[in-house]
Amino acid sequence: MSDLTIKNLKKGFDGTEIIKGIDLEIKDHEFVVFVGPSGCGKSTLLRLIAGLEEVTSGHIHLDGQDITDVAPAKRNLAMVFQTYALYPHMSVSKNMSFALSLAGADKAEIERKVKEAARILELEHLLERKPKALSGGQRQRVAIGRAIVRHPKVFLFDEPLSNLDAALRVQMRLELARLHKELNATMIYVTHDQVEAMTLADKVVVFNGGRVEQVGSPLELYHHPLNQFVAGFIGTPKMAFLGGSVKAADASGVTVALACGPEYCLPLDGSALKAGDRVTLGVRPEHLQIAAAEHSPFKVRLDVSEHLGADTYCYVRTESGELLTVRAPGDFAGQFGERASLIPDLAHCHLFDADGRTLPKPGASARAA
Amino acid sequence: MLTLKQTRSLRTLVLGSLAWLLALTLFFPIFWMVLTSFKTEVEAFATPPQLFFSPTLENYLHIDSRSDYFHFAWNSLVISFGSTLAGMLLAVPAAYSMAFFETRRTKSTLLWMLSTKMLPPVGVLVPIYLLFKSAGLLDTRLGLVIVYTLINLPIMVWMVYTAFKEIPKDILEAARLDGATTTQEICRVLLPISKGGLASTILLSLILCWNEAFWSLNLTSSAAAPLTALVASYSSPEGLFWAKLSAVSTLACAPILIFGWLCQKQLVRGLSFGAVK
Ligand SMILES: Nc1ncnc2c1ncn2[C@@H]1O[C@H](COP(=O)(O)OP(=O)(O)OP(=O)(O)O)[C@@H](O)[C@H]1O
Ligand SMILES: [Mg+2]
Repeated sequence: MSDLTIKNLKKGFDGTEIIKGIDLEIKDHEFVVFVGPSGCGKSTLLRLIAGLEEVTSGHIHLDGQDITDVAPAKRNLAMVFQTYALYPHMSVSKNMSFALSLAGADKAEIERKVKEAARILELEHLLERKPKALSGGQRQRVAIGRAIVRHPKVFLFDEPLSNLDAALRVQMRLELARLHKELNATMIYVTHDQVEAMTLADKVVVFNGGRVEQVGSPLELYHHPLNQFVAGFIGTPKMAFLGGSVKAADASGVTVALACGPEYCLPLDGSALKAGDRVTLGVRPEHLQIAAAEHSPFKVRLDVSEHLGADTYCYVRTESGELLTVRAPGDFAGQFGERASLIPDLAHCHLFDADGRTLPKPGASARAA
Repeated sequence: MLTLKQTRSLRTLVLGSLAWLLALTLFFPIFWMVLTSFKTEVEAFATPPQLFFSPTLENYLHIDSRSDYFHFAWNSLVISFGSTLAGMLLAVPAAYSMAFFETRRTKSTLLWMLSTKMLPPVGVLVPIYLLFKSAGLLDTRLGLVIVYTLINLPIMVWMVYTAFKEIPKDILEAARLDGATTTQEICRVLLPISKGGLASTILLSLILCWNEAFWSLNLTSSAAAPLTALVASYSSPEGLFWAKLSAVSTLACAPILIFGWLCQKQLVRGLSFGAVK
């Protein structure tokens, strides 16, 4: 068992609070991904869990035991660093067995475990090499191997793939997913990469400014973001936000007049809104359709298009100057400067109030109650 | 017009000649000293100076009969290695904490340590002499080890600190997570990784100690006197005997020169403070 519970955790450096009270529960065998903008404290939280930084206040429990003040080595966690942090003076096998030999395990045992890890990571033929003589991907695998041999309760990864090239990143991503299944381990993973987060995670934690914005499965975050920040952060290309104001609102629908012209009636619970309130409409590129100029009141002018083969990301400008992205078919032939219009898929649009909170679907609050 | 290639080789030629010129200028006094040590006293004084003469060993034989070279050499050896060892034992933990547990005051502490080297040693001669006298450390090897350790410590801390700074913190943190105690972290990870920088620190300290003269002349007389004191004893009231002085100087310099020559690669790396990799 390895349940990790974080209670009201705070951390400051020289008086500036970086982690501002985090509560989090991570269950056994879960693959949890931390995402958030740069500098929001993801690495700091990971280092607090690992014990490399001292907490300012709050508690960390592992399997019901308070490990807040336990030395890093005694926590039974393993961390894989972005820079790999291999011991440059030791061979691959020494790198992997260092922890075991410090713990005084016997030779045969160490050798068995190193062999096992090398087999899982396909490093068998490299065991005698020094880290210098390895490629980036191989170094990363050694770093993971160093974690595996210890059979830790929790694996911590801090942007482990960000130093690899794109192709290797995809390959290592698959290997990590396989590793998670094979070891059946609890893993916490920090990344900037949306795809890594969406594909690897059982649970994604979105951070912003030292706080947790939302916790949920990747699809939950994608479909039901709690607020405008999460909506904008999850999904590539980003969700577009259009300013507007409420014309009419009740518990079953909200009519919005967008600043760029058109009016839409969205099937959302607007009982908290009144006419005239400022709101923001959020719509993802995949929920917009480009049509001929006369087909819709949502008039736009085409900007540049990015042809990716299967899809085309077409940038368009509204009449009030907002730039949005539309996902169009691969053979989309629109030209720069051409007039067109957009048809949003209203069932998938989100509406955010002036504080950035997402409006619930009708009946959602009743169901929850 | 010169082609690019010609400009380059011209530049190499000019810079190369300048480097050789500088090196020869620096080397010349040593060369002349060794040469003089094989002359007779008369030849040594001759004007114009003689480049060709029949070499003699009489100066060396004289030194062998007048003073016990190995007694002084042994003192030099013990004092140099003793204070280098003591210095490293102090510098490594100090540099470790400064390099990896930096506070806002670390940089100024380092500079302050180094600034003590700007003080003229003679300024503290009297207090140190009196302290040594009451502690019974005058003319003891322990006394010199203590002084040398203290005067070289700022440079040693600085050099070890520079060597440690090149090592990513992550590696030590990984060791900590792997279960290493602080001692294991230092001895099994930090020291092996920074062995190049440590070696040049040790070398520099040995050289500085070996060549130190001010304190050895003032704090020792015979029992603990190192080679520098032996050399000084040859510039005696009876007048200057250039050939003998050259011979004893040659004997005093030889061990450290040979040692430094054998280790020059390390030295260059260490003294360039990480500029050459
Ligand atoms: N040792 C430290 N002393 C002072 N401030 C620190 C220290 N470590 C981190 N910080 C600050 O804490 C904040 C969060 O840093 P952290 O490294 O956790 O961000 P992050 O979310 O991992 O960012 P990134 O995605 O860029 O890696 C930053 O503003 C950083 O400057
Ligand atoms: Mg980080």
